Amino acid sequence: MPAPRELRVALVGNPNTGKTTLFNRLTGSRQKIGNYPGVTVEKKYGTWECGGRTVTLVDLPGTYSLAASSPDERVALDFLTGHLAGEPKPDAVICVVNTSNVVRNLFLASQVADLGLPLVIALNMADAAEKADIHVDAALLSRRLGVPVVRTVATKGEGMVALEAAVNEAVDERALMAQVPWPEAVDHAVQHLGEGLAAAGAQDLAPGEVRRVLFDRESAVLERSGWPRGADSAPLLSAARDILSSAGLHPASAEALLRYEHLGHVTANAVSFPERRRRTWTETIDAVLTHRVWGLAIFLGMMLVVFQSIYTWAAPFMAAIEMAVAAVQEFVAPHFAAWPALQSLVVDGVVGGAGGVVIFLPQILILFFFIALLEDTGYMARGAFLMDKMFGWCGLNGKSFVPMLSSYACAIPGLLATRTIEDPRARLTTILIAPLMSCSARLPVYTLMIGAFIEPTYGAMIAGLTLFAVHLVGLAVAVPVAWGMNKFVLRTRPLPFLLEMPPYRRPRLRDILWRMWERAREFLVRAGTVIVAMTIIIWALVYFPRPASVREGIEAEASGLFEPADLERKIDAAYIEQSYLARAGRAVQPVFAPAGFDWKITVGVLASFPAREVIIATLGTIYGVGSEVDEESQDLRSMLGRDRWADGPRAGQPVFNVPVALALMVFFALCLQCGATVAVMAKESNWGWAVFAFAYMTALAWFGAVLTYQLGMRWLGV
Amino acid sequence: MNTGFCPLAALRAGERGRVQPSSDDHPAHQHLWALGLLPGTEVKVVQVAPLGDPMELEFNGMHLSLRKADASSLQVERLA
Repeated sequence: MPAPRELRVALVGNPNTGKTTLFNRLTGSRQKIGNYPGVTVEKKYGTWECGGRTVTLVDLPGTYSLAASSPDERVALDFLTGHLAGEPKPDAVICVVNTSNVVRNLFLASQVADLGLPLVIALNMADAAEKADIHVDAALLSRRLGVPVVRTVATKGEGMVALEAAVNEAVDERALMAQVPWPEAVDHAVQHLGEGLAAAGAQDLAPGEVRRVLFDRESAVLERSGWPRGADSAPLLSAARDILSSAGLHPASAEALLRYEHLGHVTANAVSFPERRRRTWTETIDAVLTHRVWGLAIFLGMMLVVFQSIYTWAAPFMAAIEMAVAAVQEFVAPHFAAWPALQSLVVDGVVGGAGGVVIFLPQILILFFFIALLEDTGYMARGAFLMDKMFGWCGLNGKSFVPMLSSYACAIPGLLATRTIEDPRARLTTILIAPLMSCSARLPVYTLMIGAFIEPTYGAMIAGLTLFAVHLVGLAVAVPVAWGMNKFVLRTRPLPFLLEMPPYRRPRLRDILWRMWERAREFLVRAGTVIVAMTIIIWALVYFPRPASVREGIEAEASGLFEPADLERKIDAAYIEQSYLARAGRAVQPVFAPAGFDWKITVGVLASFPAREVIIATLGTIYGVGSEVDEESQDLRSMLGRDRWADGPRAGQPVFNVPVALALMVFFALCLQCGATVAVMAKESNWGWAVFAFAYMTALAWFGAVLTYQLGMRWLGV
Repeated sequence: MNTGFCPLAALRAGERGRVQPSSDDHPAHQHLWALGLLPGTEVKVVQVAPLGDPMELEFNGMHLSLRKADASSLQVERLA
């Protein structure tokens, strides 16, 4: 049979082996990113021209084992056994091994070998190992294992040609790695279990998978094979494990003990370590960076820089994007002058919506520059080590810190940063609470309310304190929310927080730039479309219905009395007052009455669901001072201050007072008024969780606003 | 220095221990075994995080951060 010219090859390996660098090196820019169906595990694949063959190279998630106790491990196992929908079994596997720690890395390789796939071992980061005086005899190892073993340094491109030859050789000669010489009891137990499972209707179980069922504490393989979990499988499993016990093997640890014993023999005399262990650079650096005083101080200092960079340094780039969008709008508008509805759709809906996507890029690029830097140097693990205690007790972990801090600038980069959290449960919890952090888009509301109502009454000191306090509201609520989610909502089993602290490494600019570009591109493609669609829907709700009679009525009544620009503002105010959104606002207003909101505030709140900062422009339009006002506008502030209730129990009293201003701020602090965040949440978890987050935050916001208003009215004696 | 057996979490920074066989079924065990922290392995506590948890372990050339709650599931023989 002629050898196929197109191959599928999987890349597996432990974390911190340089696997992704190798993937990037082999595939260059010919790669794609997606998600495996039903799980939030990232799917990366690319094309590799491999010695005359075209290889589809799949970068599987980094794992230490195939025990399938985490979604990452499960995807790796299902992929390798051909049980992932639409993913045929690979023709060969490259196991990337950290040359400094061969034995532990070969544990995974020996599990892969069980699945009967041709294998190539890449001894990567060989330069670092040699520097530490660790030497591996690749030829000897290759003879003993029965598969090609290649020395590589992916960062420098060394060994790539040899790797091409090795993959071709492994496929052509079906190079299978020597199996662990399992004791008779293991084979016996596997046979017993396999027959029992087959008799009970479990489907497509390879012997390697049956071994996983036997050894793993709660095997996901059983679930996949259609075998009922729990009680029904228990007698068969325990019978099989009893076979191990009666041979003197402890079922839970047998696999690891036997594999490591075998690997000890395989690597004997093939791996040499330095005679005397020297103090490494990493230990010297760690003495400072994880020091109880200096370590924490340096960490907080670095986080301050990260925060400043996305909060402050991104601002000029964002302003430039806003100007560019405005210029495009001005340029396109005249071309559609004959069709006002189409003009508004193109200018406000399409161009405005696209601008609303691109505006996030500076923050995403800057944050991912830092994240790539922190991860590639190995510092991220130290930060998580320092912070874990603060987060662990409520179901998060030390890696939640960077996403939460970033969310104080903007939840979009913050949510994308949760990719650094390996534990799926901690990651989901972080995703669910990240939007509670007070992002910079909430600041205009705070500024307007504090400037108009708090500062004039209580002075600058209290105004400053209020601004500080309202930034803490979200965080204060997030902690019990995270705790409650973990206790009552998330049902999956938590994983132990095991975190490898790799040696420090010099980062490579090329890899960092690649990561920034990858994230930005993914955001534009996947979240961008949803954000534009939402913008257009809200545009329609504000724009329609648009009967000409409204304009004609105002023009007939007031033309000549006002300047043309003021007249246009009056017409805009009249149009928004009868828009579908305003009708909804009036209908919903009773719900917000306990928080002290009138219909105008309610419309402002509703209009702000796609993007919270819109409230300023909406209030500007409703109050007839124009949509181009900002939060510093004295006109808007005095219009708000003068507004009185026309009817109802508070007729004649001011619409805005201190309790209303506080309630509105609390509402904005807690509410998920950001279509882009909802879209990114859905992409990073799924739509179910996005809707859940939206619902719980809206409910929290309403309760918070009502509580604030009611207590405020009582205590502040308004 | 006192010798004898204790949970891994009870070792202080700089102390060493040898992991003992264990028959209880703790969810962290399979993960730790896969990493080679097996019965018989010598492990050193490099340091404890400034806030008191987790701890940094070193075994077989690997540095691993482990929460004390998980580390207490392993018994070790304290080595001088």
